[in-house]
Amino acid sequence: MAHQHAQDDAPKRTQRDDKDGELAILGKSVTINRPRSELFAYWRDFTNLPSFMHAIESIEVTGGQRSVWTVKAPAGQKVTLETELVGVVENESIGWRSVEGSQIRTAGVVTFKDAPADRGTIVTAEIAYEPPGGDIGRLVAKLFMAEPNIQARHELKRFKQLMEAGEIATGANHKSDDGEH
Amino acid sequence: MRALTWHGNNDVRVDTHPDPEILNPRDAILKVTSTAICGSDLHLYDGVIPGLKSGDILGHEFMGEVVEVGPKSTLQIGQRVVVPFTISCGQCFHCQKLQFSACDNGNPVDKQDASEMLYGHPMGAAFGYSHLTGGYSGGQAEYVRVPFSDVGPIVIPDGMDDDQVLFLSDILPTGWMAAENAQIEPGDTVAVWGAGPVGLFAVQSAMLMGAEQIICIDHHPHRLELAQKFGAKIINFEETHVREALMEMTGGIGPDAVIDAVGMEAHGFVIDNVLDIVKQKIAPGADRGHALRQALLACRKGGRVSVPGVYGGMLDKWPLGAMMEKGLQIKTGQTHVQKYTKDLLARIQEGEIDTTFLISHRLSLEEAPTGYKNFRDKQNEWTKVVLKPGMGA
Repeated sequence: MAHQHAQDDAPKRTQRDDKDGELAILGKSVTINRPRSELFAYWRDFTNLPSFMHAIESIEVTGGQRSVWTVKAPAGQKVTLETELVGVVENESIGWRSVEGSQIRTAGVVTFKDAPADRGTIVTAEIAYEPPGGDIGRLVAKLFMAEPNIQARHELKRFKQLMEAGEIATGANHKSDDGEH
Repeated sequence: MRALTWHGNNDVRVDTHPDPEILNPRDAILKVTSTAICGSDLHLYDGVIPGLKSGDILGHEFMGEVVEVGPKSTLQIGQRVVVPFTISCGQCFHCQKLQFSACDNGNPVDKQDASEMLYGHPMGAAFGYSHLTGGYSGGQAEYVRVPFSDVGPIVIPDGMDDDQVLFLSDILPTGWMAAENAQIEPGDTVAVWGAGPVGLFAVQSAMLMGAEQIICIDHHPHRLELAQKFGAKIINFEETHVREALMEMTGGIGPDAVIDAVGMEAHGFVIDNVLDIVKQKIAPGADRGHALRQALLACRKGGRVSVPGVYGGMLDKWPLGAMMEKGLQIKTGQTHVQKYTKDLLARIQEGEIDTTFLISHRLSLEEAPTGYKNFRDKQNEWTKVVLKPGMGA
């Protein structure tokens, strides 16, 4: 008889088997010392996302639910991706997924929960994507998946810096350098 | 502008760099009037801190005149300010708990990965130090960009000299926090390892906090004399068995609190230290901890251990058993400078704390490489070097 394991409380994305069907899942949480409604409102306006998601060049809202994302690709190339909003709950969650026929198959959701004892808001972003396959898959892998968890962590941290400090920290000394010299 | 620049181990030079620019709304640019070389700069000079890049501008103890401000800076052009070495946003969870050196938002996001891997959490940011702490250009320069200028810098009233207030940037609050972390009670003996700038300020602070007896341990006679001047008893570890002496000077009890103001480059020809030095030569990131080990063994049962000295990596032969079996408490951390500057400025104004005694040499910025060399090699006489960028070479 198979031994019955107790289900642990860790989120799916931290489990050793982090696949959901055909899609790979990544995600990160960050606690931001600002009210939930303020963070939700900033994220809900997709044209704000490139300010902290550095892989995205621009997002154009094309209809009530749809938007076209222009993503930076290697060698100065650009890839576009059309997404639609799904499951938007005021001050709680914003979901999106690539539309039918899109070159890149991906879906994401960001949730906003009150942190305990007035410590602000726990923001969790989870992104599911199709693992690489074919030419497009390889391009997507280069774009998103070199170290996708690190990229997700960086984006959420930039969001936190922007919301808490009002600016994104840089060690640079001039507009023309990146702090690495 | 001219700036003291790190090129490699034992190789710092004054080079020409482009002047810094305002990059973020809360930034300010200072024209530096005074900047000191810190003991922790010597860790960079000696190459025992990882994450330096050739071309980095050093210096995290500095002050100057505001010459340019971003739209969200609260400073005014012409004000004289001292800048904390810790770059802290003032808005995050840690800053609001006054744990400024643990700020989440000062260290640029892509610079956080290395320390997150090393320590489990990313470090805060500092001026003129490793890229682990942000890779920010430092203040041993004619000009410096100061982020979060609405939170960190403290405005200096007219009539106070640079030399009186410069050390608010690091070593005075660091010595003060070291003494605070020792949680001094009436009747306490506090033992301080290291009569360098931090140790000497820890001695002054412990005295103000009401310690019964302060014992300072070093081997440089002149530095020990300075400790004596502030009312400490002294032990020269080259002449005396330190632990036996501490026991005898405390009626067989041991010091109630111990402060390690030495850190990762402890001196002394004893076996654990020799092994540590060999390891440090092989790879940065290995710590030399003889002073800390001695402090842990000397501390009385149930006593307190305060560690302002800088460590960056791993230390073995750590007397964990002594810590547990004696029930020691340990408090450490980079200094939460912004928490202390206002109070300490007032104490300097009232004459409670003397700061200028420490300065042995005032040099021009161009002479900074000589300052580094002598501050390391002639520690007895070169107790503190202050660079004056406005002074002719």
